[in-house]
Amino acid sequence: MRMMLFIRRFEERVISLYPQQEMKTPIHLCIGQEAVAAGVCAHLTPHDYLSSTHRSHGHCLAKGMDPQLLLAEFYGKVTGCCRGKGGSMHAACPERGILGTSAIVGGGIPIGVGHALAAKLRMEKRLSVVFFGDGASEEGSFQESLNFAVLKELPVVFVCENNFYATNSPLKARQPHQDIHRRAASFGSPAEVVDGNNVWDVYRAAERAVRHARAGRGPYFLECRTYRWQGHVGPNCDWQKGCRPKGELLEWMDRCPVEAFRSTLMREGILDEPTMDSINREVSAILDSAVLFAQESTFPDAEEVMRNVYYMSGA
Amino acid sequence: MPWTKVLVDQEDLERFHQEGKRTIKYVEALREAQAQLLESDSRVFLLGEGIDDPGGVFGSTKGLAQEFGSSRVMDIPIAENGMTGVAVGAATAGMRPIFIHMRMDFLPMCMDQLINHAAKWHYMTGGSVRVPLVVRSIIGRGWGSAGQHSQGLHGLFLHVPGLRIALPATPYDAKGMLIAAVEDENPVLVCEHRWLYNTIGFVPEGLYSVPLGQALIRNPGTDVTVVALSYMVLEALKAARDLEQEGVSVEVVDPRTIAPLDADTILESLSKTGRLVVADVASRTGGACAEIGCLVAERIPLALKAPLKRVAFPDAPTPASPVLEQAYYPGAEAIKQAVRETLA
Repeated sequence: MRMMLFIRRFEERVISLYPQQEMKTPIHLCIGQEAVAAGVCAHLTPHDYLSSTHRSHGHCLAKGMDPQLLLAEFYGKVTGCCRGKGGSMHAACPERGILGTSAIVGGGIPIGVGHALAAKLRMEKRLSVVFFGDGASEEGSFQESLNFAVLKELPVVFVCENNFYATNSPLKARQPHQDIHRRAASFGSPAEVVDGNNVWDVYRAAERAVRHARAGRGPYFLECRTYRWQGHVGPNCDWQKGCRPKGELLEWMDRCPVEAFRSTLMREGILDEPTMDSINREVSAILDSAVLFAQESTFPDAEEVMRNVYYMSGA
Repeated sequence: MPWTKVLVDQEDLERFHQEGKRTIKYVEALREAQAQLLESDSRVFLLGEGIDDPGGVFGSTKGLAQEFGSSRVMDIPIAENGMTGVAVGAATAGMRPIFIHMRMDFLPMCMDQLINHAAKWHYMTGGSVRVPLVVRSIIGRGWGSAGQHSQGLHGLFLHVPGLRIALPATPYDAKGMLIAAVEDENPVLVCEHRWLYNTIGFVPEGLYSVPLGQALIRNPGTDVTVVALSYMVLEALKAARDLEQEGVSVEVVDPRTIAPLDADTILESLSKTGRLVVADVASRTGGACAEIGCLVAERIPLALKAPLKRVAFPDAPTPASPVLEQAYYPGAEAIKQAVRETLA
């Protein structure tokens, strides 16, 4: 609950700060999709690998990345997770198993499989979780990666966040068959479809997936059906521009993953108002200090342009 | 020094044997480098389509799968881009993959991963992640290989910051540069040439590395500088020997890597000779020849006593017919002609 709320509040903070034009980087928000990141990453250790896409904020935070490093990166500051060189789409945090994220659709999928291959070759009990969208399932790299992961029985959990849109193109316009998990199953990987707005469902499915992969039985595929509330890029909604029907958005907003889980926990007496308030205050305080850190950090020196093009020993 | 010598005659071979220096083929040097790397570093593994075939990528991986097992020498599905991504992922996670392509023509299928991922990853992650990936590929030539089995595409990749590009021309360099590539923390493309595979040269038995980014003077001379890449080094040396009979002294410079390019050695030679011929195993426009020419124009424009000459493939795909091939591929004769033109 705390993590879902944290991702939601983080993204809301970005929306409120973005118009100040201090973050000069495209922003791909995941509001509406928090249950997938939180439900899957709850099973991971810092040691496990995570590979993601341009829409990676939620995954990185759920994997334990420090929000101030992420935010400082959005601000282009030298204190950011990529020293201001990656912006919003290439978050990296090696100490949390995040070895960089790709903004090329489908580009991070084989890389995540490569992490799993490294783990297997070294005989480490270490998972690789690969997040990607429904659009990426159309790329050759998706088929190539699945094929190889199954062939070599690699410890990979593939998590397709099916939010039904690739930029503004609906899934129906792009794929003749809408069941992405069935394509994964055709490669011989266990595959299931999950209500990606129900964090409990995601959590239990991810538990099965993680257990399978950790046991050395090869990859496991999860198609999590969910929905992003904001536009493909930027802090705004896009239904006014005709990118999708308003009614569709409202229907999905009614099924808000954060609110649904909160009310379930309340109803069952696991959570009460005072606890919720204290979580809210705690999240708020962390975000306040992260924003302050990002805003007050310095920009990189101009010499930074040519640094890290190549790795030089001693540099 | 024996390792600066490109062996083209029996006399050298005999002399080396008398001196107790071992000589082996280029292809054997490559194979030996990989065997020793697999032996000495558990992070190293090889992957590629059919690398465990009996032929073993023209002999360069022959028997390695039997010796080291299929998890260290791995046959893979026909999925060039995806498998490059897998190799990039393994490299970022601390392994030292060597991805092997029978033909350089297959690299265009890997371009997303090489250009958008491998080359940029270290930079985009602010230096926190490295990609110690090595990609071996072979420039084919001859026997009607035609447009998709003979290309030299190193020039394309030269345009991309973040990649290193090596073109070893001798057995000594083939082994030493492959080892250096594996030791390097950056993605390195090692571009081999099929016609070099049977050349013989001095190769030490142990592990040694040839630093990337250091050119060599293969033949000292005073009248004309010929900067030659890969197989063209051999043709340039033939040309230099013939021209010596005509009283022309040719300095042959082998850059050995085009990224990084050892500009100093090239410019120093040119300052001495004032005349430049650049010879490449790729098409003429926009590649390594053009870059070297531009380097001169930028740095020492007044050093040229005559217009520079490029010796490269015509700007056309490779034809198959033997007659057309002969017209297509330049060699020592074309280099000699170009040298004479700079002296005219």
